[in-house]
Amino acid sequence: MNFNATLIGQSVTFFFFVWFCMKFVWPPIMSALETRKKQIADGLAAGDRGKHELELAAKKAADKLRDAKVQAAEVIAQADKRAAQIVEDAKTAAKEEGERQLAAAQANIAQETNRARESLRDQVAGLAVAGAEKILRREINAQTHADLLGQLKAEL
Amino acid sequence: MASEYHSSGEYIKHHLQNLTYGELPAGYERHDGEILSQSLWTFAHGAEEAKAMGFWAINVDSMLFSIGLGVLFLFFFRMAAKRATVGVPAGLQNFVEWVIEFIDSTVRGSFSHRNALVAPLALTIFIWVFLMNAMDLIPVDWLPYAASLAGVPYFKVVPTTDPNVTFGLALSVFALVLYYSVKMKGAGGFFSELAFQPFPKFLFPVNLLLEGVGLIAKPISLALRLFGNMYAGEMIFILIALMFGGSWILALFGGVLQWAWAVFHILIITLQAFIFMTLTIVYLDMAHAEHH
Repeated sequence: MNFNATLIGQSVTFFFFVWFCMKFVWPPIMSALETRKKQIADGLAAGDRGKHELELAAKKAADKLRDAKVQAAEVIAQADKRAAQIVEDAKTAAKEEGERQLAAAQANIAQETNRARESLRDQVAGLAVAGAEKILRREINAQTHADLLGQLKAEL
Repeated sequence: MASEYHSSGEYIKHHLQNLTYGELPAGYERHDGEILSQSLWTFAHGAEEAKAMGFWAINVDSMLFSIGLGVLFLFFFRMAAKRATVGVPAGLQNFVEWVIEFIDSTVRGSFSHRNALVAPLALTIFIWVFLMNAMDLIPVDWLPYAASLAGVPYFKVVPTTDPNVTFGLALSVFALVLYYSVKMKGAGGFFSELAFQPFPKFLFPVNLLLEGVGLIAKPISLALRLFGNMYAGEMIFILIALMFGGSWILALFGGVLQWAWAVFHILIITLQAFIFMTLTIVYLDMAHAEHH
């Protein structure tokens, strides 16, 4: 073991290497590691948050679906009711219309009957007058007996 | 390859000699008998010449491999750092992030103060020491043989088997320990930690001696542990490599042994790098702690 200036050279080299390592090697790698660690932690947290949000969204969706179902059932019930009412209304209207038409027809018939009766009455009265005229040619003056004839006409 | 040497002793010595560049003094008798008329800057031939160069010489191979491996480490980690994205990491980035997270958790586990230096320091020590140790897994003769073909006489490829390297690291760590001790506790606080415990104040010379020894033991044990482990491992590789010069049965046996030792050595090189790093963190933690 004989010592020489290699000792000093080695020490100088060593300090230079340590300095270089401390300045240019350690910090960038450490900062990359730290940043990555942080990113991974953030990513995991974001994942958890996403999962939680997903659960919430699923719950919300289920709620909405249930509400929608209830609403739909209501709408259907209302529609049924309305349809029934419409049918009912239509029925009533039809009935009324029928009755009205019936009444009109009856009135028509009655009118026609009256008219027929009226004309019949006139004709019968005419006929009766004519007959009476024929029978009682002279004695009977149409003007003098108009009252009587009118009375007769009314009795028919 | 051991057959190229005159004796196995010479083979081992050759493998344990660093490529040292320094100044030989005037009047020095070189290995080939040449007497220098004036001082000469050259590569040492053998341990005696390296010793004669004194302190102001440098182990070129240790410096070359340690700097090369350190640059390799920083190059790849810098590349990963540049490309670091927050997205899904792939390939190199994945590996680098894995290493950095491992170091970071180790530092968090044993260092309980705030200091931006410690984690990068631990990373540098762990990877760098690991890479330097890993040179041990390359068969002992490959690189020195290639170097000898290129005309380089000595080539020790495992920097951590050179005590200069391990002590260089350990003393740097020790300097940081002293710096942070004084910075965190003040010079007085640091001194009182050394002088006024474990015994009462009036026994402060005893305290100072005990604590001083404990303090000095930190860098020395740090350096010697790494050096000793790697040196011993390298020595065993060299001894196994000696078998390749014998009969083919011995060479075959040597091959099996080398494989087994290399597998076991993977554990040692990792463990030694980890221990060096962990102790550095612990020493720095102690330097920051105010417990009295």
